[in-house]
Amino acid sequence: MALHGGALRLNLLFNSRSLYKLTSLAGVRPLSEHASAKPATFKPSDTTADHLIYTQEHFALKESLRKLIDQEINPYVDKWEAERTFPAHKIFKILGNAGFLGVSKPVEFGGLGLDFSYSVAVAEELGNIRCGGIPMAIGVQSDMATPALARFGSDQLKKEFLLPSILGDKVACLGVSEVGAGSDVSSIMTKAVRKGDEYVINGGKMWTTNGTQADWMCLLANTSDGPPHKNKSLICLPMNLPGVHIARKIDKMGMWSSDTAEVFFDDVHVPCKNVIGQEGLGFTYQMLQFQEERLWAVANVLTTMDSIIQETIGYTRQRKIFKQPVLYHQTVHFRLAELQTEVELLRSLLYRATAMYIKGNDVTKLASMAKLKAGRLARELSDSCLQFWGGMGYTSDVLVSRFYRDSRLISIGAGADEVMLGIICKYMDTLPKK
Amino acid sequence: MSGRVLVGVKRVIDYAVKIRVKPDHTGVVTDGVKHSMNPFCEIAVEEAVKLKEKKLIKEVVAVSCGPQQSQETIRTALAMGADRGIHVEVSGKDYDSLGPLQVSKILAALAKKEEAQLIILGKQAIDDDCNQTGQMTAALLDWPQGTFASEVSLEAEKIKVVREIDGGLETIKINTPAVLTADLRLNTPRYATLPNIMKAKKKKIANVKPADLGVDLTSRLEVLRVDEPPQREAGVKVETVEDLVAKLKDTGKI
Repeated sequence: MALHGGALRLNLLFNSRSLYKLTSLAGVRPLSEHASAKPATFKPSDTTADHLIYTQEHFALKESLRKLIDQEINPYVDKWEAERTFPAHKIFKILGNAGFLGVSKPVEFGGLGLDFSYSVAVAEELGNIRCGGIPMAIGVQSDMATPALARFGSDQLKKEFLLPSILGDKVACLGVSEVGAGSDVSSIMTKAVRKGDEYVINGGKMWTTNGTQADWMCLLANTSDGPPHKNKSLICLPMNLPGVHIARKIDKMGMWSSDTAEVFFDDVHVPCKNVIGQEGLGFTYQMLQFQEERLWAVANVLTTMDSIIQETIGYTRQRKIFKQPVLYHQTVHFRLAELQTEVELLRSLLYRATAMYIKGNDVTKLASMAKLKAGRLARELSDSCLQFWGGMGYTSDVLVSRFYRDSRLISIGAGADEVMLGIICKYMDTLPKK
Repeated sequence: MSGRVLVGVKRVIDYAVKIRVKPDHTGVVTDGVKHSMNPFCEIAVEEAVKLKEKKLIKEVVAVSCGPQQSQETIRTALAMGADRGIHVEVSGKDYDSLGPLQVSKILAALAKKEEAQLIILGKQAIDDDCNQTGQMTAALLDWPQGTFASEVSLEAEKIKVVREIDGGLETIKINTPAVLTADLRLNTPRYATLPNIMKAKKKKIANVKPADLGVDLTSRLEVLRVDEPPQREAGVKVETVEDLVAKLKDTGKI
């Protein structure tokens, strides 16, 4: 009788159990260090009663999502990394069916109407995916391309674009950055010129995650001449309109399984009713959703950092140099202790910011601090752990080298470190006066 | 057949955790260790929920025996589609010595109290690997049993069960009420969707004490000692078949 996907998880069960019988108490890792092998160690879970922001439902959510990841995503990650893309429609449909794409979105449009702490729980659990590209792609779908639409879009627009995105029927992407404008969002050049009851769009977007597979784009464009913070609008742009060209899939250092596109717009006609909310307020809407985007990214990388530390411990425990495990050398276990300490500190900041945010506070300063720290800590952590893995760490077969490449993006994308520092200084009132 | 199905769900150490023996050798470390629903119990819940979706049974009741945390396991069953739960409170020393005999007495008592027509359990738990509870429960109730089920179909007042046995597959037909135990290939358990997880919050879990059911929890077994398996030693290579036979004779293996 053929074993289907569901039995795969139970097969892993039998493999790890029977392998355990052959290993000693000292914890020799029975499984290969292959990047897609399931880790044999598990960090103990926090008890539900004492957690700062999570309830039993959060933990139930995480457990269910974990099963989905173990069955539908992780077994294929190596393949998708090699192919430089993943089947977005298929995976988003599976996630959408289970309710994970619309956690904080309105119930009338297929969402669950839960608060942001549930989105953070989802982001954390997605960190168990054995690459950075797929969580990033999911994050764009659930928390980057859709929040403004959910909050400010018309009902008709929400029905056409938000509902199918939450259900996983339509793949979304975000069109903000351009070749000539990344950190400096206000200097984007893409223009949407009004002609009757249509806009004609010319220009292009860069670094578009999901761009080669997306059904629609949440596009930021200049819709009038005026002050750069007041002349932009967010437009729901179907990607199959004539004039939309996917120029190329960008070949990147990491995040290989996530397809990143450069897109051109050549006289693309889109109805005026596709503008989200008010014309001219696009820049403001975009800024509003950054707090969530940043906390999401932090939550996601924390879980992966824990896994990298655990896998490094596992590897260095059985790898011997100078007649004893690498782990026994003080520089190694002390450094891992330092890194774990920093991970826990960042986690505390995340939960604090989340708790305040769901109570209605503005957490821009804390979110920016957390994002800044996440990018930098990921670089330090991947660098130190890679060193401890030695030659093996330099190969493509292990998770630590993939993490090294993938996590480097955190200091650059979704708000570069320097932008975060600028925001923090603004709150600290230390910027030069004009 | 319409009616009520009782599904037993056990909270066990998660299958991916590396088990460690306690320093005093009285058992394994459970504090702070990740626990989840026994994988075979998940399959049992899935089968029960499927029967309800096919409208072959009316109500699925998830039962768990254990301390406060067992309620989490019941909630998972509720999130998968069970209608309500029963938490039989067993903690402390009673929980340490809780085994198939005690659980099957509890399940038998509950089955009578709830007027259940079907009990579905996992074939065994991954912590003790006993593979006894289903069989004992059936014996106590004097009900037929379909164990190691890889396929279950309800036909009028009987149940057809395809069982996975050493020789292959065995198909039997048994009367209801009956006890079934689920094997690996019976089905693929569904993900608890987020909407169902939130709905499960509103479903009821009743609290019951074993004494209320007239069950005596005294164990007939005493755990003397728990040790980890012996360390795997290096193998030995031999050149010829004669050498192999000689070595096997030397070490008393043949």
